[in-house]
Amino acid sequence: MSEPQSALTGTTCDGIAKIREVGLQGMITLRGDLSATEIASAIADATGCALPALREITHEGRNSVSWMSPDEVMVFVPYDEAEATAAKLESALTQVHALVVNVSDARAMFELEGPNAREVLGKLCPVDLSPDSFGQGIIRRTRLAQVPAAFWMTSDASFRVVCFRSVAQYVFDTLKIAAQPGSEVGLYTQANG
Amino acid sequence: MSTRLSTGGRLIDRTKPMSYTFNGKRMKGFAGDTLASALLAGGQMMMGRSFKYHRPRGVVASGAEEPNALVGLGQGAAFEPNQRATTTELFDGLSATSQNHWPSLEFDVGAINNRLARFFPAGFYYKTFMFPRVAWKKLYEPIVRQSAGLGAVPKERDGDTYEHFYGFFDLVVVGGGISGLIAARAAGRAGLRVLLMEQTAHWGGRAPVDAAADGATVNDAPVDKLVEEIVADLATMPNVTTRLRMMAAGVYDHGYVLGYERLTDHAPEAPGPRHRLWRIRAGQIVTATGAIERPLSFAGNDIPGVMLASATRDYIVNYGVSPGDRVVVVTNNDDAYRTAIAVKKAGLDVPIIVDARAAGGGALAQAARDLGIRVENGRAIAKVHGKKQVEGVSICAQAGEGGVLEEIACDAVAMSGGWSPVVHLWSHCGGKLTWDEAQAHFRPDVHNSPKGDAGETFVTPAGAANGAMQLGDVIADAGEMAGRAIAALGGTVRAEPVTASAPDEVPMQPVWLMPQGAGPKLRMKAWLDYQNDVKVSDVQLAAREGYESVEHTKRYTTLGMATDQGKLSNINGLAILSDALGQPIPQTGTTTFRPPYTPISMGAIAGTARGAAFQPLRRTPMHSWHEENNAHWEPVGQWRRPYCYPRTGESHAEAVSREINQTRSSVGLLDASTLGKIIVKGPDAGRFLDMLYTNMMSTLKPGKCRYGLMCSENGFLIDDGVVARLDEETFLCHTTTGGAESIHAHMEEWLQTEWWDWKVYTANVTEQWAQIAVVGPKARAVLQTLSDDDLSAETLPFMAWKEVTLAGIKARVFRISFSGELSFEVAVPAGQGMALWLALLDAGAEHGIMPYGTEALHVMRAEKGFIMIGDETDGTVIPQDLNLHWALSKKKDDYLGKRAQQRSHMADPNRWKLVGLETLDGSVLPDGAYAVAEGVNENGQKRTQGRVTSTYHSPTLNRGIAMGLVLHGPDRMGEVLEFPGTDGTVSKARIVDPVFYDKDGEKQNV
Repeated sequence: MSEPQSALTGTTCDGIAKIREVGLQGMITLRGDLSATEIASAIADATGCALPALREITHEGRNSVSWMSPDEVMVFVPYDEAEATAAKLESALTQVHALVVNVSDARAMFELEGPNAREVLGKLCPVDLSPDSFGQGIIRRTRLAQVPAAFWMTSDASFRVVCFRSVAQYVFDTLKIAAQPGSEVGLYTQANG
Repeated sequence: MSTRLSTGGRLIDRTKPMSYTFNGKRMKGFAGDTLASALLAGGQMMMGRSFKYHRPRGVVASGAEEPNALVGLGQGAAFEPNQRATTTELFDGLSATSQNHWPSLEFDVGAINNRLARFFPAGFYYKTFMFPRVAWKKLYEPIVRQSAGLGAVPKERDGDTYEHFYGFFDLVVVGGGISGLIAARAAGRAGLRVLLMEQTAHWGGRAPVDAAADGATVNDAPVDKLVEEIVADLATMPNVTTRLRMMAAGVYDHGYVLGYERLTDHAPEAPGPRHRLWRIRAGQIVTATGAIERPLSFAGNDIPGVMLASATRDYIVNYGVSPGDRVVVVTNNDDAYRTAIAVKKAGLDVPIIVDARAAGGGALAQAARDLGIRVENGRAIAKVHGKKQVEGVSICAQAGEGGVLEEIACDAVAMSGGWSPVVHLWSHCGGKLTWDEAQAHFRPDVHNSPKGDAGETFVTPAGAANGAMQLGDVIADAGEMAGRAIAALGGTVRAEPVTASAPDEVPMQPVWLMPQGAGPKLRMKAWLDYQNDVKVSDVQLAAREGYESVEHTKRYTTLGMATDQGKLSNINGLAILSDALGQPIPQTGTTTFRPPYTPISMGAIAGTARGAAFQPLRRTPMHSWHEENNAHWEPVGQWRRPYCYPRTGESHAEAVSREINQTRSSVGLLDASTLGKIIVKGPDAGRFLDMLYTNMMSTLKPGKCRYGLMCSENGFLIDDGVVARLDEETFLCHTTTGGAESIHAHMEEWLQTEWWDWKVYTANVTEQWAQIAVVGPKARAVLQTLSDDDLSAETLPFMAWKEVTLAGIKARVFRISFSGELSFEVAVPAGQGMALWLALLDAGAEHGIMPYGTEALHVMRAEKGFIMIGDETDGTVIPQDLNLHWALSKKKDDYLGKRAQQRSHMADPNRWKLVGLETLDGSVLPDGAYAVAEGVNENGQKRTQGRVTSTYHSPTLNRGIAMGLVLHGPDRMGEVLEFPGTDGTVSKARIVDPVFYDKDGEKQNV
């Protein structure tokens, strides 16, 4: 069996922030009534993560669960555990109306790292990325230049950015332009002191 | 002649000389100069030629309002036309060229237009180029195009980069003059998130220049000190962002502001983007945008050397540049006396101050007299002498018709017709104006402000922009108005005692024409709009010809339509119009202020969207293989799909034929990954799909596939595709490539708005899967070599699907066919798509396997008579038109579109219906051609009775085949129709069964 390939197989680029395609990442779409206790406990059992509230992402070890919509969350687990985790979630939810589907190959994930990472995203996404408004634990589904994307912070100076696989190259190219040397905005870095 | 003074210049650094070129000539300036100040310092008063008459023009202003001094900047990939010399900061190596002249700035053939000026009145273009009609295309248009426009079009692709930035602030303060600084500090101290932007490279605006002339102080200190102090204060506030070289281009609904930041215009060697367009959401906006001085309308007011009084003062005080040795000042207000004082203090001569007011000026006039300057009240300039440079002025009485009282030699004229607040940003989003009789200007009507969604004011004008014209008033108004904006954001303002001491001014007196009784000869040389060459006489002519609306007059005369958008000319022009119409100015009103305030670069608007990032390009997991194998691309939405894979020396048509022949005779491969794939799951999934599709889906057994049609609620066919039932509760719906997102949205809309209580969830998994169609008689053989699973017709019959392992990859194999051949569509996770593709190529090598593109796909489906959404459908076609009655369930009570399809027009037997078309001579019918019928319609056009929807050369049948919609088509088999082409030829085609190939479907069912 051949090794699965991520969209850009780990391409990187250095500018005013570092851009790296993260590689394979397990992702599972879960839709259901998020107020149902079965959903929260299925997620906790399968991932150790708490059910995220509106626009939040929760983490436990290598697993994360993010809010996606009023009846949808995304479960992040290591790529090779996605199939088993999806099966586990599915079997835990046989008694409630829910949809569990492994979508690990449908998207690409990037890491954007460095003190200017906020500003690089601020050039492409209509989001208030000031430290007062955006920090760890928040996920934002939005527009990145001309495509849908979502992102959250993994530290004070690094983001994970997710987009659809087919536009991975576009997102990489666009991030690269936004991170070109000499393009610091000096807004959030200034606010950080 | 203008020159550099030996001392002075608060903005220049004489220790940093810089060199630049103007029309190829090497010239010198200093750091801190603008191109305009450096040109003046070098004695270059004339900077361009006017648009219509090619008159010599010099710089008239010192800022964003400049209409004349437009140059082409830079070279090659950095060239940009129509740049204002007054706002261009000088840098070492700058290269500028003047515009709108041939062969040179000094000698211009086009200046003949000036001699002929009386033949070019208002509305000249409209009047002249009407007749004869034929002359427009051949004669007028080429000439007009040749002579239109000021600057040259760049010849190279823009070599710079640009970007956007999304900013979020409580308060945005526009303008870094005294008012803006005061407002920003107050908001900063109130703890708000503040952005203060200033379009120039310096804080403080006009106040320090004025103080240099009149000795005004703030809190008993020089005005400069206050500016320094506030700027230093702001720098200590982490909640305040300050930006120089950033202009607010526009104000829009909901506190949206466009900020145009010029990052490297002044330092082109610096890395990074050239411009940054800030897309800002502001809770409140303070417009502290100052005011612009108005010219006076007298004959010859456009001759190089005639400048605004404020600009004259700016060049002396800011840049140490003398506009001339003898400067005549002409005014209707006290402020221009500051210019006379500044000129005198610089050691230059002011032979006379011509004050149009009979009673003259106040304290400043006295100060001027005390310096020994001659002041004449109730006087006017009858005429300026000179061609390329002012040589003198004729003085007359303002109340008269221009009888010359005196001739005075001079080389510069400083004029002031009063000040107009910059109300553009206030007006962009609906702020109304009020006419201030005393100051003769429009200022913001704060009771009719731009309003947000809750009816709240979100733009507040402050300082001169609000009509406060004297230093003390400006400071008081800025504090008051900033307080309102801060209070609206819930902040509190600490009282800041700022007291100004400046000379009192007496009222100005409106002067719209100088002298007031100027006759036609003078009015024809009294310019209103410098850039578009509109004179007092033009506006008066327009009024005589019946133009009453200021908006119509603007378009007829082109007043205010140039790149400066009439910043200097609008008020003077509408005052002349009002006078000609015999009505007060407020009744005439202003033209509409629209963004941007000054032109912004196209690059800034595009941002990062250029080159490779111009548009998202969607790539399948096998995209790179297609690219490496010479795919000729077809754009399908944002996807690129291989149209065909031409080999060396092969035409596209030949490649398509080869791909079809290989597939029909042996085996071919298609990258079908772009097809939409939507999971529909839940206890009500079957019921839901029964409503969505015209046919029955709930009866489909797990492991089976069914082709289905989807209609809009208006009955029109919107999508088709194969549905596979994955398990009891789960369906996988395939859509067209273009329908993936829209059909998913269509499903969600019905689920969320209409059937919200049905237990169904959907997920768009299009990109999760790479999908490869393995097609042709050898398809099973190829697949079987990669799998131990049984792929025989018995275990995997036509219209069934199965999970198997292929080349070590877990896959779903759907036995469906869009070509009429034995066909398997194999879906694997996208990350393994390329591996499977390569494995299939390898496994099929012995059968000559090759990929085929979208054109082969289209031809093969047409040979089978299969419809294509977007070819046979165009949003007006219903399934019945395509003879797809078999797919319309009669057992179901309802489905989306059913009711609509019963309406009389939909059930009309005269709707055109699908047939096959076969040309008599085997040629290919032109795409979209119409079949003509007998007679003509009410418009005298030939009647039609059908049209071609798909047409191809079929290599399988070696002839042209087509499908079309024809009146009563299925009942007219064998009839011959005529299809006139656009080239005068007529194609004849016979109506036939649309299934051209393997009518019984034996090939796909093996």
